[in-house]
Amino acid sequence: MEIVSAVSLWLIPILIGFILIYGTFKKVPTYESFTEGGKEGIKIAVSIIPFLVGMLVAISVFRASGALEYFMDLIRPGLDALGVPPDIVPLAIIRPISGTAALGMTSDLIAVHGPDSFIGRLASVLQGSTDTTFYVLTVYFGAVGIKKMGDALKVGLLADLAGIIASIVIVTLVFGNM
Amino acid sequence: MVNIIWVMLTAIGIVFAMINGTINEVNEAIFNGAKEAVTLCIGLISILVFWLGMMRIAEDAGLLKKLASLFRPLVKRLFPEVPGDHPAMGYMLSNMMANMFGLGNAATPLGIKAMEELKQLNGGKNEASRSMITFLAINTSSLTLIPTTVIAIRMNYNSASPTDIVGPTLVATFCSTLAAIMIDRYFYYRRTRKG
Repeated sequence: MEIVSAVSLWLIPILIGFILIYGTFKKVPTYESFTEGGKEGIKIAVSIIPFLVGMLVAISVFRASGALEYFMDLIRPGLDALGVPPDIVPLAIIRPISGTAALGMTSDLIAVHGPDSFIGRLASVLQGSTDTTFYVLTVYFGAVGIKKMGDALKVGLLADLAGIIASIVIVTLVFGNM
Repeated sequence: MVNIIWVMLTAIGIVFAMINGTINEVNEAIFNGAKEAVTLCIGLISILVFWLGMMRIAEDAGLLKKLASLFRPLVKRLFPEVPGDHPAMGYMLSNMMANMFGLGNAATPLGIKAMEELKQLNGGKNEASRSMITFLAINTSSLTLIPTTVIAIRMNYNSASPTDIVGPTLVATFCSTLAAIMIDRYFYYRRTRKG
């Protein structure tokens, strides 16, 4: 597990260093390229504002009203037996359906439980390690007119489930259940 | 689907507020939730700008193409029905590389291109071919190398170590991608046995 932590620490600086040196070596105008690409980042951040506002308001209302706690208590006994924290369930459900909605839930979990809590870390890993099955399915198949999806949805959702299980196991192994 | 969930969350919350007498908290939550979302997005700008800037350098330097050719032998085995030098293979590889580096916006058009080519390979039929399902399975299991957005959120909430989830995310992604491939293979063999 120490290796996993070391990777966390070193991967980004090494990658950045490598890209810069490789780019210079390939005679890329690095600074100009960087600023060009960076503009895209602003666009993305601004364009997700409405999605996050909508989702965070809905979750905040759901939580503040006491509804969230009520449903958590309902499912807690079953999940405790499996070692699954109930707080993660709404995120796990929405992750395959909407990427931005999941992003809203992840930030909500991180805000409420703290980024370095078990739930905060689990939400982080979960958000990063699975993708929006329904979005990929709709966009990719929709764009080229595939009507009969075959096993695609089943395979995608089962893969998401595998990702969720993997996230829980790995976060528990690396950070321990706090 | 999202529409239903979104309305349900809000509506159930309001009904609960009436029953529980938490209407004050709910009022506060509406405005705080909105404020927090905007603050968060502003906080995301820093990392998104930096990362996408870096990725543009990698792209301009041909690093993504290079990686794609490195992964080609491996990916070829995943798609036995697609000829190795077919354009579909190229698009699929580029899509996976873009996904790996968190370039979601660049990945989508490439993925659609790949699907178009796969459809042609399948005789233009409107049903999903084996390769299409495999491609989707890999895509939905996420191939992120560095979860930049998540790191940005963690920084926003003052994490002591915002990047300590990179390693675990990599391992989880690897497991879910592997599982996706195995699940896809299982369903394929089940189909062919029946058919």
